[in-house]
Amino acid sequence: MQLKKKKEKLLEWLFLFFAFLSNILLVGIIIILFKESLPLFKEIKVLDFLLGRHWYPTYDPAEFGILPLILGSLWVTIGSLLVAVPLGLGAAIYISEIASTSLKEILKPVVEVLAGIPSVVLGFFGMVVIAPFLQEVFKLPTGLNALNGSILLGIMAIPTITSISEDCLSSVPRGFKEASYALGANRWETMIKVTVPAAFSGISSAVILGMGRAIGETMTVLMVAGGSAVIPHSFLQPVRTMTATIAAEMGETAIGSEHYYALFGIAVVLFILTLIFNIIADLVAQRFRKRIV
Amino acid sequence: MVNSVTNMRMEVKNLNFYYGRNLALKNINMGIENNKVTAVIGPSGCGKSTFIRILNRMNDIIIGSRVEGEILLDGDNIYAPQVDVVDIRRKIGMVFQKSNPFPKSIFDNIAYGLKINGISNKTEITDRVEMSLKNSALWEEVRDRLDDNAFELSGGQQQRLCIARALAIEPEVILFDEPCSALDPISTAKIEELINQLKERYTIAIVTHNMQQAARISDYTGFFLLGELIEFDKTEKIFTNPSQKQTEDYITGRFG
Repeated sequence: MQLKKKKEKLLEWLFLFFAFLSNILLVGIIIILFKESLPLFKEIKVLDFLLGRHWYPTYDPAEFGILPLILGSLWVTIGSLLVAVPLGLGAAIYISEIASTSLKEILKPVVEVLAGIPSVVLGFFGMVVIAPFLQEVFKLPTGLNALNGSILLGIMAIPTITSISEDCLSSVPRGFKEASYALGANRWETMIKVTVPAAFSGISSAVILGMGRAIGETMTVLMVAGGSAVIPHSFLQPVRTMTATIAAEMGETAIGSEHYYALFGIAVVLFILTLIFNIIADLVAQRFRKRIV
Repeated sequence: MVNSVTNMRMEVKNLNFYYGRNLALKNINMGIENNKVTAVIGPSGCGKSTFIRILNRMNDIIIGSRVEGEILLDGDNIYAPQVDVVDIRRKIGMVFQKSNPFPKSIFDNIAYGLKINGISNKTEITDRVEMSLKNSALWEEVRDRLDDNAFELSGGQQQRLCIARALAIEPEVILFDEPCSALDPISTAKIEELINQLKERYTIAIVTHNMQQAARISDYTGFFLLGELIEFDKTEKIFTNPSQKQTEDYITGRFG
């Protein structure tokens, strides 16, 4: 009896440990991120870091301005949304509202498989197929640029946007559609003016989640965005994102150097941006649940 | 049976309705008299909701369903191939069992139907929103909060909003599919009173599982059982002196 009780207690502790493990890991990662980036800010001001226009980490004296990297990330992210929102949402509307049941059963899983393609494979595709194409069409010295990155990140964000938007569209109560039909609306009017607006908050949280996916993506942009750390002025220019900078430079910096701390600083900025996206997506999704149910 | 109706607005002739291969309604013949309330009663699953949805072609949405026979509105078959279904639904409005306002403001709920039917003049929209809210006896309760979300209204108010929404596009016939089944007795009384007023201007057909309701508000009653129209006559006759044994059994509460 005594033994059995001890065993139960032990199991309880074990599962408590499992439950807290991921939380502990998260907290640990955050602590390390901040701790490793702090020494940098003894040397340069936070604002100079965030708004500095030059990223010359290996010059003498070195400059650690990450504005070009932040803007590089934002450009390809926004560019990817321009690709992913129309395509992803269009696909979601088709699957949910127009496609026959049998077609729907094929289309949705296939779109979701797209999410399973490793980013390095997409990057490869970008280098071999899209880059020469862009170079040819726009007569550029290189096809590795913000546009290429945007297209690939867009392709990566499509499954997120399509899948979540489709769920939201299908969960719009049938009564809304019936009411609209009964008022003499046709299928198109019902879709655009009733179904999509009713799912709007869910769709926007899908878009924000897709955006979070795009801004955090590393390998693809490292391979295809061109990698020059200058403030971007056009989609046809090579850009460098925050993620690509960390990935490309981390291996070559001396631990404990300013450059090393600066890369952690970038990671903190990236972490905060992604966190903000996730919080917004969550708030929007909550509002959605309140309105429909 | 049909002969008791003198001034027919709609007429159902030899109607058969199939879900796939399953015959859900068998050889229905009845008339819906102008400016009167026609009730359809019967136990659950007798096909009464299916029947009323056929009257404005809401059943078109269901894949694999098929209609045989004719449904005439002012003498024209609404299932004729050249007929535009949108036009039919505009002329024959519908109020559903579960109140289903759009997740929009009270005002926009009504304006929606007007806009999709080509009314873009703002003053006209405002006037017609006000008028239909008055006609559905909701105006006094919502006049100061037209921009509030319709979901903030009570269940009965939501159902009256749905009625207002149907009235706004000025249909000729209004179909009610068990409009009070989810409402409390007070809200039910309000809707019944409203239906009673509306029949001066509209032709009304109502499905109800509540026999007392049919007796209170309707002029004609059809009794459905297992997809067949067992008896159709003046409400008074159905409830006092039915000619069919099954009707009598049902209204006296022997089954259903």
